[in-house]
Amino acid sequence: MDVLEKTDSIQAEMLRHFEEKIERGDAIEPRDKMPDAYRKHLIRQMSQHAHSEVIGMQPEGNWITRAPSLRAKQILLAKIQDEGGHGLYLYSAAETLGVSREELISQLHSGKAKYSNIFNYPALTWADIGAIGWLVDGAAIVNQVSLQRTSYGPYSRAMVRICKEESFHQRQGYEIMAKMMQGTKDQQEMAQDAMNRWWWPSLMMFGPHDSESPHTGDAVKWKIKRHSNDELRQKFIDKTVQQAEVIGLTIPDADLKWNEAKGHYDHGPIDWNEFYRVISGNGPCNRQRMEHHKRVHAEGAWVREAAEAYRLRKEKELLHL
Amino acid sequence: MAIDSQLAIWEVFMQAKPGANYIHAGSVHASDKKMALQNARDTYTRRGEGTSIWVVPSDAIVASNPDDNDMLFDPANDKVYRHPTFYVMPEGAKAI
Ligand SMILES: [Fe+2]
Ligand SMILES: [Fe+2]
Repeated sequence: MDVLEKTDSIQAEMLRHFEEKIERGDAIEPRDKMPDAYRKHLIRQMSQHAHSEVIGMQPEGNWITRAPSLRAKQILLAKIQDEGGHGLYLYSAAETLGVSREELISQLHSGKAKYSNIFNYPALTWADIGAIGWLVDGAAIVNQVSLQRTSYGPYSRAMVRICKEESFHQRQGYEIMAKMMQGTKDQQEMAQDAMNRWWWPSLMMFGPHDSESPHTGDAVKWKIKRHSNDELRQKFIDKTVQQAEVIGLTIPDADLKWNEAKGHYDHGPIDWNEFYRVISGNGPCNRQRMEHHKRVHAEGAWVREAAEAYRLRKEKELLHL
Repeated sequence: MAIDSQLAIWEVFMQAKPGANYIHAGSVHASDKKMALQNARDTYTRRGEGTSIWVVPSDAIVASNPDDNDMLFDPANDKVYRHPTFYVMPEGAKAI
């Protein structure tokens, strides 16, 4: 055997060993050998997930100073603080794959890394805060519950922690919507308007239909992804339609109907042109979201520099230099 | 402009209640011990998840190599005398 053949056979052996582990349902840990493609897929998915948590703070942050009561303001602050925490859990988990925080942030800023498309829509009224918590967090939960069983240990553990906190997010949003639906006619219309604008983008959060999804093959085989986009979307629709009915909101989909035979709701076609238009940078808020992140990141640089300078001075003092 | 630094990584361990083991929670970035503890508190215990925190610089942690698992974690099933059931108790003696 020449050297090339030898490295090939070592590679093949490594892959076989890895896939047997996955097959057995063992978690993969940071120091375990893993195929390059597995590591790359995880870094892409986990960093996109982390960036989404952090960018997602912007549309909601827009309403902190205008929350209609002190109670609402406290809740919203706590919710947004949780989202910042979720971003940190996920960055922390992604870093175990050997990518630095500096690199992750620069990938976000250069546009190489994405964040969830949903946060490129604006939060126009207080009802949007209800719709975001109820629909956007509701959709995120369905995805995150499924990811609790993802094969990469640090990712799965971060998901377990996140899921414990998410149910409050969904409930506070639903409570806002329910309250508005018991309010004046204007408030009811405001709630329905938010519903109309957030419903379809929420369905798009699960990504393209299974038949069009470019990244699923290996991700399913390696148990990074445990359920398909369409399965997760269906789960979200089935549980949300009932909640909408209870509070008197109409789902903005004329084709939506219960399918007795399947035991699921059928829904109308999703406008994928809009999805691709927004994902490629032409949504209502893409530029604003990125500019804000870059500006705040740059404005915080002096704090990190000062902290490092302080540490260096303290270390020198300890050494009596 | 200085190189963008996100500060050093610290691993966070939390004790859920007095008497329990410290369990790894994740990591935080911080420039020194004090900031690491503060960030660990803000990041990992917003709902009474813990009563005590340890923070350790990530690069101070020495981890075993998975390639050594067979050698390190051999269950030593041949050493049956390590288990109490290996021993014969005299008739009538009560276990302590
Ligand atoms: Fe979150
Ligand atoms: Fe959330």
